[in-house]
Amino acid sequence: MTRAQIQLAALAAVVCLAVAPFVLSPFSITLMNYIGIYSLVAIGLALLTGVGGIVSFGQAAFVGVAAYATAWISALNGYSPWLGLLFGVALTCSVAAILGVVTLRLQGHFLSLSTVAWGLAIGFLFGNVEGLGRFNGIASIPPISFGPYALVTSSQIYFLIWGIVAVVLVLGYNMLDSRLGRAMRALRGGNTLVESLGINAFRIKLATFVIAAFLASLSGWLYAHLSRFISPGPFDAGMGIEYLMMSMVGGAGSLLGGVVGAAIVTLLKNSVQDYLPLIAKGASGQLEIVAFSALFILFLQWARQGIVPFVAHYLPKAKRERPQPAPPLPRRSQPAPGELLLKVDGAERRFGGLVAVNNVSFEVRSGEILAVIGPNGAGKSTMFNCLTGALRVNKGEIVFAGRPITRDAQSRIAKAGIARTFQHVKLRPRMSLLENVMLGTYARTRTGLFAGAFRLNQREEASARHEALMQLERVGLGDKPFELAGNLPLGNQRILEIARALAADPALLVLDEPAAGLRRQEKLRLAELLRSLRADHLTILIVEHDMEFVMSLVDRIVVLDFGSKLCEGPPSAIRSDERVQEAYLGGVA
Amino acid sequence: MTSDIAAILGIDGIATGAVYALVAIGTVLIFTVTRVIFIPFGDIAALTALTLAALDAKRFPGTGALVVILACLATLIEIISLLRAGEPRLLPRALAFYLVLPLAVVGAAWLTMRLDPPLAVRLVLALMLIMPISPLLDRIVFRPIADGTVLLLLTVSVALHFALVGLGLLFFGPEGVRTEPLTSFSMELAGVLISGQTLLIVIAALVFSGLLYLFFDFTLVGKSLRATAVNRTGSRLMGIRPARAGTIAYLLGSLMAGVSGILIAPVNTVFYDSGFLIGLKAFVGAIVGGMTSYPGAAIGAVGVGILESFASFESSALKDVIVFSLLIPILIWRSLASLHSEEEIEE
Repeated sequence: MTRAQIQLAALAAVVCLAVAPFVLSPFSITLMNYIGIYSLVAIGLALLTGVGGIVSFGQAAFVGVAAYATAWISALNGYSPWLGLLFGVALTCSVAAILGVVTLRLQGHFLSLSTVAWGLAIGFLFGNVEGLGRFNGIASIPPISFGPYALVTSSQIYFLIWGIVAVVLVLGYNMLDSRLGRAMRALRGGNTLVESLGINAFRIKLATFVIAAFLASLSGWLYAHLSRFISPGPFDAGMGIEYLMMSMVGGAGSLLGGVVGAAIVTLLKNSVQDYLPLIAKGASGQLEIVAFSALFILFLQWARQGIVPFVAHYLPKAKRERPQPAPPLPRRSQPAPGELLLKVDGAERRFGGLVAVNNVSFEVRSGEILAVIGPNGAGKSTMFNCLTGALRVNKGEIVFAGRPITRDAQSRIAKAGIARTFQHVKLRPRMSLLENVMLGTYARTRTGLFAGAFRLNQREEASARHEALMQLERVGLGDKPFELAGNLPLGNQRILEIARALAADPALLVLDEPAAGLRRQEKLRLAELLRSLRADHLTILIVEHDMEFVMSLVDRIVVLDFGSKLCEGPPSAIRSDERVQEAYLGGVA
Repeated sequence: MTSDIAAILGIDGIATGAVYALVAIGTVLIFTVTRVIFIPFGDIAALTALTLAALDAKRFPGTGALVVILACLATLIEIISLLRAGEPRLLPRALAFYLVLPLAVVGAAWLTMRLDPPLAVRLVLALMLIMPISPLLDRIVFRPIADGTVLLLLTVSVALHFALVGLGLLFFGPEGVRTEPLTSFSMELAGVLISGQTLLIVIAALVFSGLLYLFFDFTLVGKSLRATAVNRTGSRLMGIRPARAGTIAYLLGSLMAGVSGILIAPVNTVFYDSGFLIGLKAFVGAIVGGMTSYPGAAIGAVGVGILESFASFESSALKDVIVFSLLIPILIWRSLASLHSEEEIEE
């Protein structure tokens, strides 16, 4: 599908939605209104759960905070619903920000459990606060009005609801296709990679969380002024699950899936209410929840991926054009060849009683390839993790480009100009080669959330895209930039990681066992690539196991054994060093 | 608050906490063996109370019908998966286990009912009717996705809870029940009256956790369960079937939940949906133990009970808000305390 075809399909959808209230019955319009309102929450959850990998059971509580806020402002205190919107959004986003700051550092299922906890706590609060009408709720909420024109009937508020949904979808897709959106999509699959790209994973998570809460608050505001009456019921834990269900049914990770999921779940629920009484008279209320849960469980068992990705699989792939040449991104000033770039001074790292790295010192000079080698358990990987900030040294100092980085977080070290690859390849398999490499440009670009959502960033975006393509071509992967990274063989995945690191315009490239698991031909290609990078005056530090690979490639070698530095020198000297031979081959009898 | 009131609240809290502790230990048991955070445990406890009340009223409880339906479903699924795997020779065993055994239990309960049995027998009947439910649910719901992420299993488990609440309403109706006290004994300790029921709850909690400890440390089956908890693949290589370990874990867990349901029924009025809060509070306790430690879970659950007791004295409306808000700092503490390896989320 071309861009024009996608736009045509979107236009057709908009026209259908616009005509709908003139064709449909009032009941159907009301149903459509609720679908629109639920869609907003589900879109937020698609972002949070599908894109960011944070499963939240508590979105209904956010809807409730905004609904109660606007009801309190407009029904109980007599102010305009628009003030209610401001207050509701501000309150919800503040609550979300506080909860996010407190809980988003939690890992995996701990995080999801915390959403159950605050979801329940907030839900119970609605029914138990004196000023909010307790379980009786708040009635006679005024309608939203534009000047004298009040949105009283369901066909009047219809356009407001679906207008908001359409705007949210457009802005959401824009944002996902921007710098921050790529960072969000990279969250799924762990923090290590994200941090190593100079991205503050916590801040991205917090932003995603607050955006999802913001969408929930819009939904809560619309809900309160559509139904004109609120009680704790629609914001309880059960509804939180239902929202999650909507986004999963539609296809978590797809914004459009949020709308589709909301529509399917709402319509299904409606028809279950219609047909169950025919099957089991008098017990329909109970059976409804049973049937619903059973359907959800079956869905999770058999079609976890969701409807929109399933359908998209059968649609023709979007044809994308190769990035056009664009002005280059700003480059950092590279150190002069031969200058001292990295100095490790007396580094020590303990794990309990084990000293993994013991008083290790070495220097890396600009323009050289230095290898850190050693037998298994020599402390290479620990040393590596200390350099890149994944671990802290207990003693000693690490200075990079004249600045101590001993205590810096991973993302700050990455920003300072150290780009890394991983021993176990860390890519985002569902993103294209181009997008994976564009992740590397994160620290060199500055487009924010709003600029991304409103597409005010097109110049920088074009530059980043072009830079990524250039790096892909530089490493020899430039022929299929839109291929998914997961489809590459391991050798090329390692090379792709190098391209991503190069896109960060690093002063020092650090490679963690780049030859591990590669076949001979792939190793030769990799060595060739690294040589060409040295010819471009890039400084490279390799932690490696494979002697043959290292010996023919590097300028100098540091040998570690049992956590201590054994010796240091050019490959020829290391090859003939008796201590090294003993460490690798055992003592000569 | 005087010291008298504090003492009464404390004892009340310990009794409530002991009930939560039984469910919490069951939750930890299931989680370690199967990685499922089994939210519906509270529902199992509530269903046991409702079953017992029905038996007391000389009505055959809806639990029987539930077990029959689940047994038929599980058998159907088992037959299909065995035929697909090309192992029809295992069919008789599957039929015996998933169909005949549960039906026999229901049949025996139904026949015993005719004889107007005494309380002790009714207790056993209630437990017998409850215990097949979670292993059957495991077969139907969780086994097809046993290798999924913890999050997927959690989502399914939450959905399952809602299904069970609906079934509870269907089979038992909206009325709450309160069963007759198991004992009329009471004693005075340092000026505070302690009812026999409270004592019974605490003793039962201690006895069952003790038995579980013995089971895990001194029997081969217990050790195989622990092995499965540590490493599924590794224990499979050692000839332990994770599915069987899961079934045993569910049976044991249901027993604990059932006992807690029986203990709480004379003290609190139990409704079809009371289970959710019992389950979640037990769960808060289980998290205190990091979802892995039984003593930790028990201590945490008792702590939740005491907290709830004092919180309801201060503000009965907000007691649940307080308990669940407290979960967040506990989670943060646990998350910091546990060595977190990066959990790769499935893509």
